[in-house]
Amino acid sequence: MSSRIIESVAFNLIRTAVIYLPEDVKHVLEKAYAEETSNIGKTQLKAILDNIKLAEKQQAPMCQDTGTITFYVKAGSKAKILENVEAALVNATRKATREIPLRPNAVNPFTEKNSDDNIGRFTPNIHWEIVQGDSLELTVVTKGGGSENASALGMLNPSEGIKGLKRFVGDAVIRAGAQPCPPTILGVAVGGGADVAMKLAKRALVRPVNQANPDPALASLEREILEAVNMTGIGPMGLGGKTTVLGVHVDYAYRHPASFPAAVAFSCWADRRASARVSAEGEVEYLTHRERR
Amino acid sequence: MATYRLKTPISEEEIRKLKVNDTLYISGTVVTARDQAHRRALEYVKQGKILPLNLEGLAVYHCGPVMRKEGGKGGRWTAVAVGPTTSTRVEVYEEDFIRNFKPRVIIGKGGMGKKTAVAMAKYGAVYGAFTGGAAVLAVKAVRNVAAVVWLDLGMPEAMWVFEVDDFGPLVVAIDSSGKNLFQDVAEKVEANRLRIYRKLGL
Repeated sequence: MSSRIIESVAFNLIRTAVIYLPEDVKHVLEKAYAEETSNIGKTQLKAILDNIKLAEKQQAPMCQDTGTITFYVKAGSKAKILENVEAALVNATRKATREIPLRPNAVNPFTEKNSDDNIGRFTPNIHWEIVQGDSLELTVVTKGGGSENASALGMLNPSEGIKGLKRFVGDAVIRAGAQPCPPTILGVAVGGGADVAMKLAKRALVRPVNQANPDPALASLEREILEAVNMTGIGPMGLGGKTTVLGVHVDYAYRHPASFPAAVAFSCWADRRASARVSAEGEVEYLTHRERR
Repeated sequence: MATYRLKTPISEEEIRKLKVNDTLYISGTVVTARDQAHRRALEYVKQGKILPLNLEGLAVYHCGPVMRKEGGKGGRWTAVAVGPTTSTRVEVYEEDFIRNFKPRVIIGKGGMGKKTAVAMAKYGAVYGAFTGGAAVLAVKAVRNVAAVVWLDLGMPEAMWVFEVDDFGPLVVAIDSSGKNLFQDVAEKVEANRLRIYRKLGL
């Protein structure tokens, strides 16, 4: 494992994520197109599917909003050169911005100045998790501003329990309407503090869309919410139809007895993510987009 | 649900034929403008300054594109990814913008509010919804990047002047009678809220 390998893998992951949707997302979009009954809704899903093919053909980012770059790092406690990983991820982001190219999306909130290279304070965003072993697992998520702006956090009344959570999610989808580029994928989390709930909700978006929750009770809650929010009629791009949400992913943490934090994170239809594992010997295994390797 | 193919500059008479749910393709000139370009254009009006380009009869596109300069400094700009951005962010500016600059088509995603719909009815304009994220599909219609204005605002916020062939499909979502498809959908969704609560056992 070397800085050079990590940088090169991170660059490949960003490039793969912004150009190629994972197979699981393509699959649910194709299914939605086949099943949508609204004419206008169908035209929107057709444009999305055409756009996915064109992006692959032209090797261009599928959406002009190439998002905020977030890395989830699972670092083996025995992996070497962990102190160099952050610099490698920053370098990969800078290079990706210039060469793919990505849209420069990092703005100083006080001076309003765009850094022009997607680098800035806490940007790219890096989440660390220390795990057993000597390898390094990298996941990149590039998430656009439209879906991010629909994020919702509520400190609910604990006496309402999971009923309160369901109401909160339904209301969040209705409030978001056309804004997060539906059909969307929902990350939902409950418990922890405000920060933990939101972090878990966003991380839940990393799970493949057609993969059931290993916890049967949560899997059933996910199906219930999915069916309910698809009764809204918001439809593809908010122009009406039966496809509003493609998948619901629920996670949780234990809560304080007095608190019931609930968080909803939206991913637009362009659910862009890619993962790889780098072994101690520097061998690279791509965990998503395997069909492309 | 008719399909129209219009060429800019578009006249008021032509645009008033379009109805909500129609499909529209545009050829000619499309100019991008996001929050900051709208704000600066309206400051120009306040200060009595003339805009660097005339928008009358053209299409204004809510879009912050990814552009690439071929051949380094002094080279030509090409469009890499040019899908629409969320239109509601410029709702506060659009009525003034339409009144002052007379574009005939506003292109974006997610729809716009009542003030814009009223301005569209009064001055003769439509809102064309383009599929969010369909950035490469949009590039296919861009024949040439004719100019860029206000690049000091940054790549996403500058005004990019695209020459386009059959840019679309756009769904006419606000027409010049002020009918608003997004508003209609939002009302239906609101009517479904209680059904959804029941489904969730609330």
